[in-house]
Order: sequence, then C-alpha cells, then structure tokens
Amino acid sequence: MERRRSLPDVLAGGIFVLIGGAFVVGSLGYQLGTPLRMGPGAFPLLVGLIVAALGLAIVVKGLIAGEVVAFGPIPWRAVAVIVLALVFFGFTVRGLGFVPTSAVTALLTTLASARVRPVMAVAVTAGLTTAATLIFVVGLQVRIPLWGPWLGF
Amino acid sequence: MELLDNLALGFSTALLVQNVLYCFVGVLLGTLVGVLPGIGPTATVAMLLPITFSFEPVTALIMLAGIYYGAQYGGSTTAILINLPGESSAAVTALDGHEMARQGRAGAALAAAAIGSFIAGTVATVALAVAAPPLARVALQFGPAEYFSLVLLGLIVSIALARGTALKALAMIALGVLLGTIGQDLYTGTPRFVFDQRELYGGIDFVSVAVGMFGVAEILRNLENEQTRTAIVGKVKNLWPTREDRRRMVGPILRGTGLGAALGVLPGGGHVLASFTSYAVEKRVSKRRQEFGHGAIEGVAGPESANNAAAQTSFVPLLTLGLPAHPVMALMVGAFIVHGITPGPNVITDEPALFWGLIASMWIGNVLLVLLNLPLIGLWVRMLRIPYQVLFPMIILFAAIGTYSLGFNAFDVYAIAFFGILGYILIKCGCEPAPLLLGFVLGPLLEENLRRALIISRGDASVFLTRPISAVLLALTVAALVVAVLPAIRRRREVVFTEDD
Repeated sequence: MERRRSLPDVLAGGIFVLIGGAFVVGSLGYQLGTPLRMGPGAFPLLVGLIVAALGLAIVVKGLIAGEVVAFGPIPWRAVAVIVLALVFFGFTVRGLGFVPTSAVTALLTTLASARVRPVMAVAVTAGLTTAATLIFVVGLQVRIPLWGPWLGF
Repeated sequence: MELLDNLALGFSTALLVQNVLYCFVGVLLGTLVGVLPGIGPTATVAMLLPITFSFEPVTALIMLAGIYYGAQYGGSTTAILINLPGESSAAVTALDGHEMARQGRAGAALAAAAIGSFIAGTVATVALAVAAPPLARVALQFGPAEYFSLVLLGLIVSIALARGTALKALAMIALGVLLGTIGQDLYTGTPRFVFDQRELYGGIDFVSVAVGMFGVAEILRNLENEQTRTAIVGKVKNLWPTREDRRRMVGPILRGTGLGAALGVLPGGGHVLASFTSYAVEKRVSKRRQEFGHGAIEGVAGPESANNAAAQTSFVPLLTLGLPAHPVMALMVGAFIVHGITPGPNVITDEPALFWGLIASMWIGNVLLVLLNLPLIGLWVRMLRIPYQVLFPMIILFAAIGTYSLGFNAFDVYAIAFFGILGYILIKCGCEPAPLLLGFVLGPLLEENLRRALIISRGDASVFLTRPISAVLLALTVAALVVAVLPAIRRRREVVFTEDD
C-alpha cells in the first residue's frame, strides 16, 4: 500500500461523521439522565460520538494514507429505478392491491438492467407477478387484497 | 447417557414428517441460492423469514438453518464448475476445484467437496451437541454486566475477521448500534429519532436492513458491469474419486473439520476464516506443495470440510448465549423472537425438543444434501443458465412483498431502499456490511444490559471490572481490538520502512 489520498475513504468517513453527528444532535434533545438512571438520550449520544470520531479518523487516514479502493462505475439507472420500484410498492400496495403493485414493481425493476429488451421485460413481469401471487397470496395466505380500493372494486 | 437421551429426543422431533419435509425444502433452497451467484443466504433467509411465521417454531428454525448450511454447500458447486464462488467462503474452493474441473476431474472435486462436507457436518453436529449444554449452564450465571461485556467482545471479535480495515469495520459496527437505537426507548418509552412517524416507533425492522444491505446493494454491485455469464460447463463424469484421491482426502477432511468446528464459533464469518485457514494449513503440511493452485484435491477437501463444520458450530453462540455469529444467525434471532422464544441459555431447558430437534435436523440435512447434490448435479449445472435479468427483479419483488407482510408497514419497504443505497455506497468505499447488521441486532442488547447493570450497581461503572467474568471478557475485548488494529500498524510501518529505503 502506498501513501496516497483515497476518495472512497473520505466519502465513507464523511458518511459516518454525518450520521453520527446527526444522532448526537438529535440525542441532545432527549433526557440524558444520570449514570444510575440513564435517560433515553445517553446511549445514542455516546455511540453517536464514537461513530463521528471513527468517521473523522477514517477521513484523516484517507487524506494521509488511504486504502486504495477501486470505486468503479455507478449504475445510476439501476439505482434510480430500484429505489423508485420499492417506494412505489410501499406507497401503493394498500391502495392498488397485490397484483397491480407487484406487476408495476417487477416491470420497473427489470428496467434496471441496461440491456433489457421489451419482450423480455414483459415476460419477466408476467411470470413474476403470477409466481408471487401464487406463492404469497394463494400459498401463504398473506392478507393483502389482490385488487385494491383505488381501483374502484 | 444423557447425551444419547437428548439426541433421541432430537431425532424423534426432527424425523416428524413436516420437519423432514421443511428441512428438505430448506437445504434445497439453500443449495439453489448457494449455486446461483448473486443471491446469498442472508438475503434469502431475510426474504423467507415472513413465510415461516405460520409454521411451528421448530419447523421454521429447521428450515432456516437448512437454507444456511445448504448455501454453504451449494457455493462449492459453482466455484468448482465455473470458477465463480456462489458464497464468499467458497472462494478458496475455486482455486483448486476449478483447476481440477479444467483438467476433466470435476467429478472428483465435487465428490471430495460432498464427502468432506458430509463428514465435517456430522462431526460438527456432535461437537455442537456436546459443547452447547455446558456453555449454556455457564451462561445462565451471567448477569447484565457479563452480558454487556460478552456482547461487546462478540462485536469486536467480528471485526478481526472482516475484510478491509479495522477502522471501517469498527465504524460499521458502531453505526449499526446507533441505527438500532431508533424507536421507543426500552425503559422510558420515549420515541427516539422517529420524526413523529408512528410507523417508526417499533424501530427499523432488521429484515429491511438485511435485505437492503445484502440483497439490493449486491444487485447494484452486479449491475455495474453486466456481462453474460459464460456457463461453459463440461459434462461431469466419474463422480467417484480414485483410490489415490480417496487416500489424499482423508487427512485434509479431518484437519479441516477440526479447524472449522473450532473457528465457526467466532462471530462475524468464522466459516470464511475457517476455509482460508484450512487451505493454508493443507498447503503447509503437504508434500506436494507445488500442486496447490494446479488442481490439488487436498485444496478442495480441506476448505470444504472446514467451511461446513464452521457452518454447524456457528450455531453454538446463538443457541447458548443468544448471540448471533453471522448475519444469518442474526435473522434466526428474529425468528426465535417472533415465535416467542428468547434465544439464549434458557432455550435448552425450556424448549428441549426445539433445541435437540434443531441439532438433529442438521445431521438429517447433511444426509439430504449428499443425496441431493451428487445425483442431481446436472440439474444444478442447468440452474446456472438462468439469466440474471430474471433473477434480480425476482429478488427485489419478493423482498418487497416479504418485508411488507412482516407488519404491513410501508416504512419497512422504504427502509429497504434506504439501506440498499447506504449499503451500496459504503460497500463501494471498502466497508463490509456484516458488522453493521451484527451491530444493529446486538445494539439494543448492549444498551439494555449497560443500563440494567448500572441500575443494579447504583450507577457505579466499575461493576464491569470488579465482576471477574465481566473483567475477563473485557480484557479479551481489548486484546481482540489490539490484534485487529495491530496488523494495520505493522503494515503502515512496513510502508514507512520501504519508503525510507
């Protein structure tokens, strides 16, 4: 390992500092209590400080003698589509019902691959929706209505 | 003999029709996800956890355990045939196993892996049955101070095994503990960090964290550079190893079993460490050192045995102390809790049928694995042709449905997306996800025991050092921390020295 700056190290450390710091600030809003009866804020404050301190150490180390990590490309399309699919699922499953939500989620997810072909996407969507309905609703009796109230049934 | 009585009870439970059936389903699914690169056992167990809620507790645990050790087993098939380890611990198997396959000895390599795994699984199951009861008895003496120190030790030891720098692993653990504090405070009921969202009062579900970190993040990693998986799989023939091969396998299998059984107990992926160590040992003791890397059967038999033995004994800390040694074990803790059983030293006395039934089922599962794998090898090979474009939408959809059905809480699904992205970025920056999940699961335990110990000692923090067991555990924690950090120091000094030259 040679001495060099490492952007991934700085980024990772920055995330730790950010999240740790946010929890520290947040926990100051709760009672800290005494060592005998620790309040709800004490433990998160302590751990938040540890996370932030470790994050800071990682940043400093990343600037002086970072770990060489190959960062590689980011599949932006996959990131966006998968997040969208999951949020869509959570948001609509109650209203639209199991079948339409599953179908849209599956269809969106297939689009995450840069090399997807339309026929393939539709086939995968149909197959997965059928399989999921059979496994979860018919087989395991998960109590989610097949068609939701938003559809007017 | 008490042990024999207990095992008899175990087998009478494990041999019930539904238990054998779900053990079979478990190892079948486990082999499947082990064979397919890109789906790990952690994501699979997380997705299937909700399915098992309607089962009897013992049946649910038997199936989940089957998925875990089945995956350890299935990973070797992919490693040998296409040089792609389906599971991290199979990476070592790929070294010599794939080389053997290229020389047309795939059959012998697969058989070595299967026989080694079976022997190791059998021995390690007995080791588990022998070691667990006394350990549980010791653990019953533990008060909150001891538990706090023990959990801390478990967390710190897990970083010694993680790849990447110790500093990052430490930060991941602490971040996991921190995220575990979200939700209502145990003692005062104060909702913490919930942003006035009722759905967050119960905390973030660990299934969301596991599916996000191990499922979604992994999918994003795989979508970085898409390429067609070249499944150049030749015909597998001559499964039965020659007499020469059989002779060369015995030593490595026995040594690997011993190593694996011992190292599997360690938290944080002892099975990976076990297979790497076994490979190193075999290479050192072998008279044919130059053959390693060029298709030495010892290099397959040893690590595969070690890996499978470790998979069995990693249940020891879970069943005796309630501490998960592996992300899958962390999910099993959740399975226990859902069924109203607190994992820990009480399980063995309160639920003897469950405890011994689970152990006995592991041996049955190992028998099923041998029966499944050797004759059906052609089927598994064909599985490798399933395109990833079908697999990953299935993982995402099933993960969303499974997680939602846990509590019909949309936040659990949003959390998958959040942890998927967070995990993806952190993994890309060289952080391992496993310590975070362990921290997340053990964090509440850490806080609860810290506060309880301080209440009992009337606020005197020295209680952790004055109680002997706790003091010893803390000393071990410090030692583990030093060992974990030391190589980094040494390496950095080496760098300085070479620069001076």
